[in-house]
Amino acid sequence: MAKGDLVGGSLWQNYSKKVAERMDHPRYLGVISEEEAESLNAELIVAEHGAESCGDAVRLYWAVDKNSSRIVKATFKSFGCGTAIASSDMMAELCIGKTVDEVVTITNLDVEKALRDDPDTPAVPPQKMHCSVMAYDVIKAAVATYKGVDVGTLEAAEMVCECARVTLSTIKDVIRVNNLKSVEEITDYTKAGAFCKSCIHPGGHEKRKWYLVDILAETRAGMDKEAAGSDEEPFIELSPFKKFKAIERVLDAEIRPALHQDGGDVDVEDFIMDGDTPVVTIAYRGACLGCMSATVGTLGFIENVLKEKLDPAFKVEVG
Amino acid sequence: MSRIYLDNNATTVLDPRVKQAMEPYWLQQYGNPNSLHQFGTETYPGMNIAIDRIYTGIGAADEDDVIINSCATEGNNTVLKGVWADMILNGDKTRIVSSMVEHPSISQTLDWLESQGVDIVRLAPDADGLITRDILAEGFDAEKTALVTIMWANNETGLINPVKNLAEFCRENGVLFHTDAVQAVGKVPVNLRDVPVDFLTFSAHKFHGPKGAGGLFVRNGRLLTPLLHGGEQMGGNRAGTVNVAFMVGMGLAMELAVEALDFEESRVRCMRDRLEDAIASLPDTLVLGKREHRTPNTILASFKGIEGEAFIWDLDRRGVAASTGSACSSESLEADATLQAMVSDADLAHTAVRFSLSRFTAEEEIDTAIAAVKETVERLRSISSTY
Repeated sequence: MAKGDLVGGSLWQNYSKKVAERMDHPRYLGVISEEEAESLNAELIVAEHGAESCGDAVRLYWAVDKNSSRIVKATFKSFGCGTAIASSDMMAELCIGKTVDEVVTITNLDVEKALRDDPDTPAVPPQKMHCSVMAYDVIKAAVATYKGVDVGTLEAAEMVCECARVTLSTIKDVIRVNNLKSVEEITDYTKAGAFCKSCIHPGGHEKRKWYLVDILAETRAGMDKEAAGSDEEPFIELSPFKKFKAIERVLDAEIRPALHQDGGDVDVEDFIMDGDTPVVTIAYRGACLGCMSATVGTLGFIENVLKEKLDPAFKVEVG
Repeated sequence: MSRIYLDNNATTVLDPRVKQAMEPYWLQQYGNPNSLHQFGTETYPGMNIAIDRIYTGIGAADEDDVIINSCATEGNNTVLKGVWADMILNGDKTRIVSSMVEHPSISQTLDWLESQGVDIVRLAPDADGLITRDILAEGFDAEKTALVTIMWANNETGLINPVKNLAEFCRENGVLFHTDAVQAVGKVPVNLRDVPVDFLTFSAHKFHGPKGAGGLFVRNGRLLTPLLHGGEQMGGNRAGTVNVAFMVGMGLAMELAVEALDFEESRVRCMRDRLEDAIASLPDTLVLGKREHRTPNTILASFKGIEGEAFIWDLDRRGVAASTGSACSSESLEADATLQAMVSDADLAHTAVRFSLSRFTAEEEIDTAIAAVKETVERLRSISSTY
């Protein structure tokens, strides 16, 4: 929430001129008959996606050249709002002239980009991105029909956010690598959940297989378990890398929050094993730098925590 | 292109007489009623007339309170949170009974109260879309229930609940009754001498008054903990400097709306029926709710094969303003809650369009609207993959 969100914008004002134009005058509206396909020396492919009860439905017609597998004509019919009709129209246009193998790489993002008036302004407001997803889904359905395969075989990755096309593995990775703790952070890093918001939690615009809240909870639970698990192994037997990670973890969990309260912080400058004695060299930051107790009380505190949590032999020095 | 406004359940045009009545309060009589000097004092005659008009308009008795506030959302929040503060937090009661077809200012406030531990019962309407006395009575627990809140008329469908029966049932059972009458005041008679509600909310901009003014009727002494503290206005029940101009405007708007009820019942109903007949004569269309159960100005129609927002888009291109409960642009549930509760057919929820007239709607506008509806249906069905 901020200034821009208070009054917000009128939904339709955030449609590009191209979207409005295509809603008012779709160029590829209609059907292709068997006879017409035959006259083009083409195979007729008809694919359907969605239903009236879902709020969006589209039917895609292709005439696919029998020799080259190139789509020589594409048309659509659509039940949906203005952006759905405009997306369907643009999707049909993007199919024309491509082979079936080429067309499968077209995504909703391509459709949305093609509908932009200028390259930097989205063609539709965030909550309307899901309308272009339908255009992508029906292309996949058409390819599957053409190839006689199940539509599921065309997409290997689990797609969590259809609008921004973010996969399950991407989201899990970004949570782990960046130690993300909230759905808002996931959205900031990946754009997942930034558009129609259906994938954030159950009860949104449409039902999803995966929700960000669940992925976050599961991934963090996994991370916590791993962290706890590594503690069970004696510190002395960890690899140098894991030793360092363990120290960082203890600093994050037990020490830094206390220092942050007083405006201070601490970094690890170096870490060595002096025989069986782990020796950490630290550097103070912020308010700790000028603090009288930093070399005595705080240092003792840090050493005691590391001794308690990791290894009774710990020594801490200030670099 | 001239524009035709058929979205009067969303808001209405200000009656020019109301605009005129508010005029002196911008540049001349701008004093704060709380001030002792003449700038303050001279606001009183206008405010007193407004209060009289509002009391007369809804049939409130002198011993009742009509707290002037900013909108019906405020009034609804005041009642629900006041009941919570006074009767539920102290452990006396645990439950609030409502319906599945309430406006978000009720339903979302109840969702919040539920998150605070209040037991919320949401009654489903019958096949006609109404909440009847029988529906309310089934499983009713007067011991547990602090409040029953059921809207007078529904904003989407215009369906009028038998509020008198519901209020009487609550009175017999010693349970407080509130009704959100935003869509009733100015469209159908609202006479609280005959209808024993304890609380009632209304909003001026739904009956040709200004936006940002509303009222909360509180039956004889049943005052609740206020939402806003910090001043003696409205007897300390709604702190905040009184918006004198809007109060004056609301008073006149109320009087004019009540005077126009016969016109609403005759001419507006007649125009509405003409538009409705034209819509119903188109193939594969459906109007929701029986005519006799609805406010005289509202039509909620479903057009097979056409998504609601697309319909509104095309109508807008033809200069006609209507609205849709279709959820295409919404982040919330898949389709409008009112419609989902009312109709079993999920398709309808995405194809429903609301037309709402007012006494400012002209006969020839209905002709234009009918033509626009026909063109829209023809074009969008030619695009549709489901028709």
